[in-house]
Amino acid sequence: MNKTRRRKALSGFVVFLCGAAVVLALIPLFLVFGYVISKGFSSLNWDFFTKLPKPVGEKGGGMANAMLGTAYLILIAGVFAIPVGVVAGVYLSEYGKKSFGSLVRFTADVLNGVPSIVIGIFAYGLAVLPVKHFSALAGGLALGFMMIPIITRTTEELLNLVPGSLREGALALGATRARAAFSVMVPAALPGIMTGILVALARIAGETAPLLFTAFNNRFMTTSLLQPISSLPVQVYTYAVSPYDDWHRQAWAGALVLVGFVFVFSVLARVVTRRLERMHRT
Amino acid sequence: MKTPSRRRSADDRGFRLGTGFFALLVVLLVAGIFFELYRTSTLSLQKFGFRFWTGKTWDPVAGEFGAFPFIWGTLYSSILAMVISTPIALGIAIFLSELSPRRLRTPLAFLTELLAAVPSIVYGLWGIFVLVPIVRSFQIATPEWMKKIPLFSGPPLGVGMLSAGLILAVMVIPFTSSVAREVLKAVPSTQREAAYALGATRWEAILAALRFGRTGIIGAVILGFGRAVGETMAVTMVIGNNPQVSASLYAPQYSMAAVIANEFTEAADNLYLSALIEIGLVLFIITVIVNACSRLLIWSVTREVKAKAPKPVATMAFAAPTGGGQ
Repeated sequence: MNKTRRRKALSGFVVFLCGAAVVLALIPLFLVFGYVISKGFSSLNWDFFTKLPKPVGEKGGGMANAMLGTAYLILIAGVFAIPVGVVAGVYLSEYGKKSFGSLVRFTADVLNGVPSIVIGIFAYGLAVLPVKHFSALAGGLALGFMMIPIITRTTEELLNLVPGSLREGALALGATRARAAFSVMVPAALPGIMTGILVALARIAGETAPLLFTAFNNRFMTTSLLQPISSLPVQVYTYAVSPYDDWHRQAWAGALVLVGFVFVFSVLARVVTRRLERMHRT
Repeated sequence: MKTPSRRRSADDRGFRLGTGFFALLVVLLVAGIFFELYRTSTLSLQKFGFRFWTGKTWDPVAGEFGAFPFIWGTLYSSILAMVISTPIALGIAIFLSELSPRRLRTPLAFLTELLAAVPSIVYGLWGIFVLVPIVRSFQIATPEWMKKIPLFSGPPLGVGMLSAGLILAVMVIPFTSSVAREVLKAVPSTQREAAYALGATRWEAILAALRFGRTGIIGAVILGFGRAVGETMAVTMVIGNNPQVSASLYAPQYSMAAVIANEFTEAADNLYLSALIEIGLVLFIITVIVNACSRLLIWSVTREVKAKAPKPVATMAFAAPTGGGQ
């Protein structure tokens, strides 16, 4: 009798600990969001979005160049990473059951775990070392390499949610496999694929490490592929480790913009994925 | 002239090869990274050989490169992060998959996974201005007798191994917990039902599920470790960036990723640069091995279950494996 009571008590205690673990993990989440929102909002102003950075020691200025730079880098990354990622994902969902499919899936997962700083070195070797100067192109390459595995895996997953009967219907009507994939399956999964792309964009938008020695930094506006370019994360980093209060203030504002971006896309992705799941389940 | 059906099959082959080429690109990318890193680090590989990894002096001016302090710092901070984060992450996974009321499950899962969406640089910023001062005040409050233990010795700087381990733990939790949750989800509910039928308490039934999925759970923990090893910005900002080998949690140290981030643009001569790239190469190899192991372990559970286990029988009233059984 006594033993049973002890077992029950232990069980109750462990259940309590598991609940406590959830609460414990949410504390830093709320702390980070709380600080970023409160410090960020109080530092955010119109200048932040429209002005260039001021020279060291002068107050004011903004991160207009960094925001434009981040958008530009994302554009470069997306231009080559989205087609590669989506088509590779289509392959996996159409033909991926064999061993080559497993290999691709496996390498995509492994690539996803490779530290971003290593990808940065790779892009440095490809695009900086041969020409001996930092460039937006190198930064965009690094970010694109990071996007590919994410897009490949989400595309495959979301295509697999589309019922196979749709494909069979198309094939029965005489469509080729390519037609069935690109005119029937992909459009049916399109909202999902778009979200997968947005998730990948949100993931790389905040990446700093691979940009430090590829895109580097630039105090001015530029849209040249071959010039160093500023980006929001690198700017936040530079300001955060500087000794100036005004720069710290702006670093918080930059962090708020980054977190806001990431948050909106994460929520959006959730909503669309769940809707797709529900749509195709019934 | 080709018959239509012949042409169709040719088209299909073209489609297969065309899309397959893009899939192949993913594989080539990983191979390309290895090759490029190897190629650009030959200078250092040839000059130092294995001595590179045991040497303790890192002196770019004298051209002397020993990477031991960075390996030490990376392993120390990552293991510390795992010690802190593993129990919490497993607790979350168990709570969300076995215990949580259905209504709370989705929002709680979303919140914990949101931890993974916050950019590293934001954690770093928060680390510098919020976490480090808190850690410093703890260090100042450390009683004298505790400071005599090597683990807690040294001046109260705030930045150092403890701050790095804490922030890494927060960043790793969502990865470990979401994979562990997936693994637990793949454990057939017959496992739990059998335990309940034998008179097990709730914890004992969970233990049975954990035991069934143990390889996958280990995979989840290893995956978290891989993340911690490669994490760069947040660690760089709080670890103290001092290449020394110390057992103390309070000592400012360095990590492999951090030294690359800090010194890469300063590396003036080729030997210096190739020494840094060699660190990157080893970081790459470590993370590939760690990730490959963890994926295989995770797949072995989630796949095996999908392939072999019979479809779970409809949950019987007495089993109540999930949700509050009020």
